[in-house]
Amino acid sequence: MSPVDTRPASAGPAAGHASASATRLTPGNALRPEDIAGQVAGGSVVVSQDVAGYALRLGDDALVLAQRLGWWVSRAPELEEDMALCNIALDLLGHARSFLTYAGGAWGKTEDDLAYFRDESQFRSVHLVEQPNGDFARTIARQLVVSTFQHLLYSQLIDSADATLAAISAKAVKEVKYHQDHSHQWVLRLGQGTEESRRRMLTGLELTWPYVAELFDDDELIGRLEGVAVRPSSLRVEFDRLIAEVLAEAGLEVPDVPRASGGGRSGEHSEYLGHLLAEMQVLARQHPGATW
Amino acid sequence: MATQHSPLLAAENGDGQDPAVAGQAYFDQIIEDDSRVEPRDWMPDAYRKTLIRQISQHAHSEIIGMQPEGNWISRAPSLKRKAILMAKVQDEAGHGLYLYSAAETLGTPREVLNDQLLAGKARYSSIFNYPARSWADMGAIGWLVDGAAICNQVPLCRASYGPYARAMVRVCKEESFHQRQGFEILLELANGTPAQKQMAQEAINGMYAPALMMFGPPDSDSAHSSQSMAWNIKRFSNDELRQRFVGMIAEQVKVLGLTLPDDDIRFNKDTGKWEYGELDWQEFNEVLAGRGPCNAQRMERRREAHENGAWVREAAAAFAAKRAQKEQVA
Repeated sequence: MSPVDTRPASAGPAAGHASASATRLTPGNALRPEDIAGQVAGGSVVVSQDVAGYALRLGDDALVLAQRLGWWVSRAPELEEDMALCNIALDLLGHARSFLTYAGGAWGKTEDDLAYFRDESQFRSVHLVEQPNGDFARTIARQLVVSTFQHLLYSQLIDSADATLAAISAKAVKEVKYHQDHSHQWVLRLGQGTEESRRRMLTGLELTWPYVAELFDDDELIGRLEGVAVRPSSLRVEFDRLIAEVLAEAGLEVPDVPRASGGGRSGEHSEYLGHLLAEMQVLARQHPGATW
Repeated sequence: MATQHSPLLAAENGDGQDPAVAGQAYFDQIIEDDSRVEPRDWMPDAYRKTLIRQISQHAHSEIIGMQPEGNWISRAPSLKRKAILMAKVQDEAGHGLYLYSAAETLGTPREVLNDQLLAGKARYSSIFNYPARSWADMGAIGWLVDGAAICNQVPLCRASYGPYARAMVRVCKEESFHQRQGFEILLELANGTPAQKQMAQEAINGMYAPALMMFGPPDSDSAHSSQSMAWNIKRFSNDELRQRFVGMIAEQVKVLGLTLPDDDIRFNKDTGKWEYGELDWQEFNEVLAGRGPCNAQRMERRREAHENGAWVREAAAAFAAKRAQKEQVA
């Protein structure tokens, strides 16, 4: 048995060392939240309010979806899917940690301050990610949309004028490519599998589609971040093309349902987010100021 | 490995021996040489059965063991801890997969093993029938439960059945990460607020005895031990491993500044062994018999996941069949 390392996780420079994390899945050039925090604290990177606001959106989307997907662990249809969904959630959580750490740099806050000590109306995620998991088909429908969207987004954001957003995206884009492939493979299987799976997949898509449009809404913040942020509306055509292609291959159609009004980017959420946050934040809020 | 003794070769060479007799001789030689038995080798039925029971029990334990820790993924108190916990539970699913694969090399498919679990015919480690009520239980599970598992499993890396031994090498590497992260959780709590420290001590108090019982009943009552040792599956007795574990945690708990809930722990200089207080084997047997705090809950979750996933597995199978048919036509 290996000797137990008795250093506290947060003690001095050792905490930033590669060996301090058991979850470093991409060794080598991975940009970790600790590195971003170090750059901001050292003054080598300055985060503007607008860039922080944008990073907060991306971080919240990833965090809320990771929280949702974590539910599947020990509940998936097959052991391989327990692993796959957990892995996707873990990737998203990694992206969230980086984006939130970066955003927090503008306000002197840590990733955990932002994740655990903001209220519902301060979250900037879209409604889609907070929707219930439903059955496996509904989760896959949501994964199809989010992974396709995020892959388009991060593919462009790697050219952002903001070096940190570009660096986080460069890591994330490789991972969401796998998420996209995973959802694609399942949409084909459920669409072409059995009568029941096809029916469930259609229902999953219908329940998901009202929340798709919000992903592509532009607003003033996006307008002020030309060259830094990706304009969401600019991704819509390619998104529609990719989705139509996958659904056609699966023998399914794009649902024709009205969009929900959205409002997540300005803190107006569906009823689901409050419950999700209550669970996520409960322990941290019982012990304010504690470290873990 | 050691194919020069192959009974099949011997039979082909026409020496006229009964294959079962030749097989037994070959198997005995492997065991005597402390070498490895491989899937295609002849082996006694009882050896095969013992291995299937032990490996599948271990696999089931990994799968059921995902539940108490999965219980805290949604509430982990920092994002870093959440990420580590998710990675750990994911590792456990992976261990389950290696182990089911190792069991499959003995001729029992994963579905059959899973059905045995759901029907209550197969066991999993009793420890997972205890609840993980507090965050500190994540620490105690890592430090004590994974720690006990490592003590049990390191010798299994030399087990006589090759696929099992090789799976254990990989499992043990990951388990030592798990134990370290559990210890780190407890260390952080022990150095935290009074409420956090209390949480850590309570978790250790609750997990200590069940962790010691993970090594199985005392040697005098162990049903399977002596045969498994003769077959080089098991290398040390339950009590030997338990004593070794107590010695390790008795030292490590001092670093935490916490205590083990057992006043009788001491190192006996005369015997060179660690001693500990009486364990409540009545409780162990109760939990084993299905009357523990969470037995029903754990099985219900597994059954529910399996049933809810049936249509997905059917869809995947139907899709694969259609695709295969299409390729045949093309």
